[in-house]
Amino acid sequence: MASKIFRALYNDDDILMNAVKKVREAKHHIEEVYTPFPVHGLDKALGLDETRLSMAAFLYGCLGLTVATVMMNYIMIEDWPQDIGGKPSFTFIQNMPAFVPVMFEMTIFFAAHLMVITFYLKSKMWPFKKAENPLPSTTDATFLMEIAVKEGEEEALTELLLDTGAVEVQLPKE
Amino acid sequence: MYQFSQRFKLTTYVLMALGLLGLAYGFLSAPSTVEEAKAMVAAHDSDGHGSDHADESHTAADAHSAEAAHAQDSHAPGYETAAHADDHETAHDQHLLDQMRNRPWSAFYVSALFSFLIALGVLAFYAINRAAQAGWSPLLFRVMEGITSYLIPGGIILFVFFVLSALHLNHVFVWMDPEVVAHDELIRNKSGYLNPTFFLIRAAFFMGGWIFYRQFSRKLSLAQETATDNRNFVLNFRLSAGFLVFFLITESIMSWDWIMSIDPHWFSTLFGWYVFASFFVSGITVIALFTLYLKSKGLLEQVNTSHIHDLAKFMFGISVFWTYLWFSQFMLIWYADIPEEVTYYVMRFEEYNLPFLGMLVLNFLFPLLVIMRSDYKRIPWFVQTVGIVILIGHYIDFYIMIMPGSVGAHWSIGVPELGGILFFSGLFLFVVATALTKVPVTPKGSPLLEESKHFHY
Repeated sequence: MASKIFRALYNDDDILMNAVKKVREAKHHIEEVYTPFPVHGLDKALGLDETRLSMAAFLYGCLGLTVATVMMNYIMIEDWPQDIGGKPSFTFIQNMPAFVPVMFEMTIFFAAHLMVITFYLKSKMWPFKKAENPLPSTTDATFLMEIAVKEGEEEALTELLLDTGAVEVQLPKE
Repeated sequence: MYQFSQRFKLTTYVLMALGLLGLAYGFLSAPSTVEEAKAMVAAHDSDGHGSDHADESHTAADAHSAEAAHAQDSHAPGYETAAHADDHETAHDQHLLDQMRNRPWSAFYVSALFSFLIALGVLAFYAINRAAQAGWSPLLFRVMEGITSYLIPGGIILFVFFVLSALHLNHVFVWMDPEVVAHDELIRNKSGYLNPTFFLIRAAFFMGGWIFYRQFSRKLSLAQETATDNRNFVLNFRLSAGFLVFFLITESIMSWDWIMSIDPHWFSTLFGWYVFASFFVSGITVIALFTLYLKSKGLLEQVNTSHIHDLAKFMFGISVFWTYLWFSQFMLIWYADIPEEVTYYVMRFEEYNLPFLGMLVLNFLFPLLVIMRSDYKRIPWFVQTVGIVILIGHYIDFYIMIMPGSVGAHWSIGVPELGGILFFSGLFLFVVATALTKVPVTPKGSPLLEESKHFHY
């Protein structure tokens, strides 16, 4: 690795937020931040790209709607038309109001499940995956920031991190 | 302070004047005799507009005449034949005349009701925000109070309309006509509730209650500006919570009285919610439009994109909610297919097909697809475009609720309807803009104001 990774530990989300802003102002690259709970606004402070998960959810919903339409058309119109409550089953459009609840539910089902699965995969979480967490206490009360540091800037960065209120700065072992 | 500019004032005057002309034209061009009415229908049909219209209107003119015709064919229980066979032709002609004379009245009524209910929807939204002690919205309270000021003139106009209806100047509410009631067992059985006197008492009571809350809450809201403690704020909170209980009951009854009774044989148990969803989303839309307008004038500096975003979320959400109720009501009736229920939709599908299905595109598909994306809810012209479409769509919604029962197949969106829209939008803008000039549009003194100023999503 060309650059070393520093770890700065914090014990408060507000201090962390300010630290993130200062570190970014000083043109250091923050690799990752581990927090015990979602910190409001951290994604914006880190300058992360906006998630495209919502667009994915919309497309999954469209897929669900299509599947439901094709499915109901096959089951109720083409393969085995059934007379339920005297409702016409000759064409899809005539019987469509009866299918709307199915179409609605399938849209939700596809959007919700596929979105969760996408989110897990995008976050590199799948069954039997070992945790990447560098420090177990970040699931409890510690906030951890990983910063890439260039050759010769180690001293200044340590100084800066302690200034921002880090309770501890861990250097990589030589 | 907001200034009601001369140009804007003049625009509202022009709108009102044009609207009055349109309505007057509607009243003057309505037929006054049976012969005229028949001649107009004949002339209309020879345009090639609806070739079988005359025949069709005989069987499906509206729920009322459809049932009358139906009764003649089969003598269904519960329906009395409106007249003897030889008199039937004259009864039908009279009915045609009534419907055609109803048209300018209905055009007036749809717009009068819609504009009043927009103000009422805003009042409900305001009360919910007060009762929930919402932190994001206090900055918009002066805007909402400005819009609800229309309740007083709008309510007076509506009440006058109801009085004129009760005096038989029009035939919009057929159950007000003793002649109709005498021959209609279903209405006769309902007449303990559905009679003009009780109807007017209820209308006065509901409007009085709503206007009382509006005035009292506004007074407390202004008193809080200079108060040193939070007593006004707390009292307003309690008042709003109480109002919501009153409102939800009276709103439901209002929807039966003012709208559902136009089709007096028909009923739907979720009608109150359906009407509520329709004017609630319109009210929120109008709040968003006024907020954006005031912001474009450099006022409401502290209202940021997150406030607009929240309003747009409500526009989106309640549009979907409206659709849900529309479909819930439709599907049950469509599936059960009980004649006395389904005539309502048969009428709308056969005679009002385009506006009836078209409003689903305007009220559901358009908002759904255009403001589903988070970012678009923050862009003013997106919100404005969707807002205008929603208002048009919900005007059509009320049109579809009222017209089939009052004018039957002889509908059109022409001079009287546009006149009604112009007059009431002019009046609405005039009243609201005047109310907004009274006090600074940015409130002060509310304990939640600080939160609202720093609101961000």
